[in-house]
Amino acid sequence: MNRNLIIGLILSTLAILAALLSFIWTPFDHVAMNIPAKLQTPNPTHWFGTDHFGRDIFSMIMVGARTSIAVAFVAVGIGMGLGIPLGLWAAARKGSYVDELIMRANDLIFAFPSLVIAILITAIFGAGAVNAIIAIGIFNIPVFARVVRGAAMPIWEREFILAARVAGKNAARISVEHILPNVLNLLIVQATIQFSLGILAEAALSYVGLGAQPPTPSWGRMLADAQTLVSIAPHLALIPGFAIIITVMGLNLMGDGLRDYLNPRTRVART
Amino acid sequence: MIRYTLKRFLSLCISLAVASLLIFFVIEIAPGDPASFMLGINAQPDTVAALRAELGLDVPKFERYLAWAQGMLTGDFGMSYTYRTPVSQMVADRLWVSLPLALFALALSTLIALPAGIYAAARRGKTGDVAVMSATQLGVAIPNFWFAMMLVLIFAIKLRWFAGGGFAGWNKGLGAVIWSLTLPAISLALPQAAILARVMRSALLDVMNEDFMRTARAKGLTTTQTLWKHGLRNALIPVLTIIGLQFSFLLAGGIIIEQVFYLPGLGRLVFQAISARDLIVVESVVMLLVFAVIVVNFAVDLAYAAVDPRLRART
Amino acid sequence: MSLLNITNLSLSINGTKILQDVSLSINTGEIVAVTGESGSGKSLTALATMGLLPEGSQTTGTITFEDQNLLTTSEADLCRIRGKYIGMVFQEPMTALNPVQTVGAQVAETILIHGAMSKSDAIVHATDVLTRVGLPQDHYSLSRYPHELSGGQRQRVVIAMAIALRPKLLIADEPTTALDVTTQAQILDLLKDLARDYDMGLLMITHDLAVVANMADKIVVMRLGEVVEQGETKSLLTNMQHDYTKMLFAASGHQVNLPDLRASDVLLNVKNVVRDYTTPRKTVFGSKGVFRALNGISFDIKRGERLGLVGESGCGKSTLTRAIMGLEGVQGGEITLDGAPVFTGRKPNLAVRRKMQVVFQDPFGSFNPRQKVVRLITEPFHLLETPPTHEERQRLINQTLTAVGLDPSDADKYIHQFSGGQRQRIAIARALIIQPDLIIFDEAVSALDVSVRAQILDLLADLSAKYNLTYLFISHDLNVVRTITDRVLVMQHGEIVEQGETEQVFTAPNHPYTQELIAAAPVLPDLQQMKG
Repeated sequence: MNRNLIIGLILSTLAILAALLSFIWTPFDHVAMNIPAKLQTPNPTHWFGTDHFGRDIFSMIMVGARTSIAVAFVAVGIGMGLGIPLGLWAAARKGSYVDELIMRANDLIFAFPSLVIAILITAIFGAGAVNAIIAIGIFNIPVFARVVRGAAMPIWEREFILAARVAGKNAARISVEHILPNVLNLLIVQATIQFSLGILAEAALSYVGLGAQPPTPSWGRMLADAQTLVSIAPHLALIPGFAIIITVMGLNLMGDGLRDYLNPRTRVART
Repeated sequence: MIRYTLKRFLSLCISLAVASLLIFFVIEIAPGDPASFMLGINAQPDTVAALRAELGLDVPKFERYLAWAQGMLTGDFGMSYTYRTPVSQMVADRLWVSLPLALFALALSTLIALPAGIYAAARRGKTGDVAVMSATQLGVAIPNFWFAMMLVLIFAIKLRWFAGGGFAGWNKGLGAVIWSLTLPAISLALPQAAILARVMRSALLDVMNEDFMRTARAKGLTTTQTLWKHGLRNALIPVLTIIGLQFSFLLAGGIIIEQVFYLPGLGRLVFQAISARDLIVVESVVMLLVFAVIVVNFAVDLAYAAVDPRLRART
Repeated sequence: MSLLNITNLSLSINGTKILQDVSLSINTGEIVAVTGESGSGKSLTALATMGLLPEGSQTTGTITFEDQNLLTTSEADLCRIRGKYIGMVFQEPMTALNPVQTVGAQVAETILIHGAMSKSDAIVHATDVLTRVGLPQDHYSLSRYPHELSGGQRQRVVIAMAIALRPKLLIADEPTTALDVTTQAQILDLLKDLARDYDMGLLMITHDLAVVANMADKIVVMRLGEVVEQGETKSLLTNMQHDYTKMLFAASGHQVNLPDLRASDVLLNVKNVVRDYTTPRKTVFGSKGVFRALNGISFDIKRGERLGLVGESGCGKSTLTRAIMGLEGVQGGEITLDGAPVFTGRKPNLAVRRKMQVVFQDPFGSFNPRQKVVRLITEPFHLLETPPTHEERQRLINQTLTAVGLDPSDADKYIHQFSGGQRQRIAIARALIIQPDLIIFDEAVSALDVSVRAQILDLLADLSAKYNLTYLFISHDLNVVRTITDRVLVMQHGEIVEQGETEQVFTAPNHPYTQELIAAAPVLPDLQQMKG
């Protein structure tokens, strides 16, 4: 275990715990308005203060964590679920038209950032958290496909793969039995990175109104609401911002730590 | 080299064609009809039909696509449903805000990140490297629009060095434009620079392990000379990929940042169009964004070949 | 006059002792060979001399180069010495050159870095040096990039870079190990030539004892970080003191006791096989090229026979192996095993494949690092219609592991827990376990140390006696092929240029290419003759 991994785990778990805890308890009801108590800076009653409607920011942050984590998580799931098989397939059929096709499709999706995909989807189906998930998820597919393909290609050149082919195993079987376990480490690290990017993307989409809609709370929308009041009540913008930064940084540190931990060469050096 | 360029160009054209098809038909799936949306629920069927005919919506889908595609090639993007003005007019002015912003941010990001990454790689393990790595660790976690808000808070509201938002307009001269785009570009550039610096550093560190670096040392080059004369150019290859990818993120990011700085770019245009179900505008803006990204990637592909002679030899 | 004097050099890296009291010396114009197996510390001794040791290295002792102790010289001064007074050539020519810089620029760089000439003069001098190493400008212009050159040509460029300023000492670390036999001979001749010509001291590091015996004035034998014996070549060879030296030379020239040939009917028949590859277009509108890797190959292997296949890189050995295994289809001709084709229609014939197995070259790369030995050696069971279960399976595993000289309990370990030689035994176990009719050994002992190689060859002879093995032994190492085969095929450019009984071909080769190969292969001198 190295320092990055430990700090990263702590920070990420904070966010996840907050999200989980929010299902059974929050200091205040996050939608309860209390105009007389509006725009309070952090104090003993309202630990993070209140917003322009008097809502408790701490509770809103906790519930907002749910949205960020859920969206990012499912989006990574989509990316891995579709991207990994595609990447494995492309690597197994390297140089063939299947490989070309998958890589061109990847490049095409890369030309459409999540925001653009979200714009398209919202134009059709209207705004909502599900759209954010789909938009971010779609963009994750070529990311994982490309990473898996890149990692799998050199493994295909190794002699033990030739030995497996000599033993009569076909490409699909080899991909699952031999290639996948040997790229797993890389995938885990990439997943944590994409997870953190997903949180940032979700925040951006909610900020412009394309993500989770009211009353579903979201850190991004809290920032949108805070914008006009930032000069008189900076804590409205600072706190959700910090929440995002801490969660994302935690995930990134965890990713770095995992990468070093899982690599037999660097694990020795670190511990 | 010519073969390579031609092949890349062909790839560009195919990508554009497929992208346009994709965009058009995705939008077409949209339930609901622009005409009835515009006229309201109580509109008479004949009025709706008339409006549809006027907007050209009664023509079969594929014909409409071809008309749209053909028009795009000549710069005619059709007429906005809501405003009844040529889309190209509406888009042109906005484009001249969004595109420069993205390019400005790209330049800033590259200028900051590459030296930082090289410095960190050269000082690997020492304080300099740790400092850069910590800074970038923070930088990649910062949402750019939040950072924008903070910059506005500090530099515009508190220090009054910049205006809180708004765009000077190209008629006021290049200097004024750059000034109004400075805070937006910085807020876009810094998080991306953090990513790019890390990529530069890791690419350089990877190259430092290559055999030819050892050969250079054996010839009598110092570590610094080896890094600059042999390491850098080889490390640039993966870095170029990331710079290309960054452009698309910056373009999209710029659209979001516009909200913070009240910039009259493509963002506001497209969000309004979505609410008003002005599909032609949405299609056109998306198409333009994708076009910009594909063209920039084509430029990156050409840059690859300039840096790596092995690519020129292959097909 | 003493050029380089290494005295009591000890090296530890991050606390681990690597070199212990290494002492050797080189005089001007002398060729000194440092030899030993992997892990002996040869390369690190050379790197210590150049001051290019990895981080975490700590040295004691002295390395005196012309009155200067290199171990205490500053990095800046070392940079002045490297390339100008001491040059170095490394093992891997394919990765030794900067891929994005022209060959001419890289050679000229040595000159320019030391401020020896003006830019235009440097280019002229670079051209001269490249011509001297066998790359004249009319054929190999300076504006070529490394990827346009072959391994041998790249190594010549590296040598050019190292000798451009006529250094006093040239260090060559396994310079020909990665090259073909004929290219190796040329490069070694070039190095010898340059050493004499430029009156350079040459420190030659190689594990190949034949090369050492034929080339060096002095030999230094190293083992596990220590020098076990050194001396003038002839006296050392005729009067070996240390057991290790004796073992090393014995293993190098090891002759295997191959059981007599008991051949019967034809097992593998290869008839007029043609294999073509399409190559990319050269011009924008040109047509795709065709490369003929195998051009009408015909031969057969009888049951019980042990056939050798020799050839250099690019001759088509690997393509032929894949075709025989049915891993790839062929464009013409036929390959049958026991009468049945190895490839039917567009798919390999697995019923035939289960009668053949392969042992690969790389003891490290031929196994999935994440699987235990038991899983690794039972992978061929996938080919059987009814794979053995439970007791039968366990019995087969135990029997096979014992047969290759390992213990049944080794089945539960991971591959990284074994040495290179042990891994090749496991590879042989994997090939044997389904009791195939034919085994193909594809450079199976090429990556092994000399002593380990001898053991594995003995194992092969042993198994051959026990199981009456039929095998095809592919190798670029002529000495190995000579001792382990009954008949041999010689391949060049996709064709068999000569075939016949092994001893016959080696003592009286017919084809000029075979003659060239045999002439180029370094041979251990007959020690009896030397003494007498």
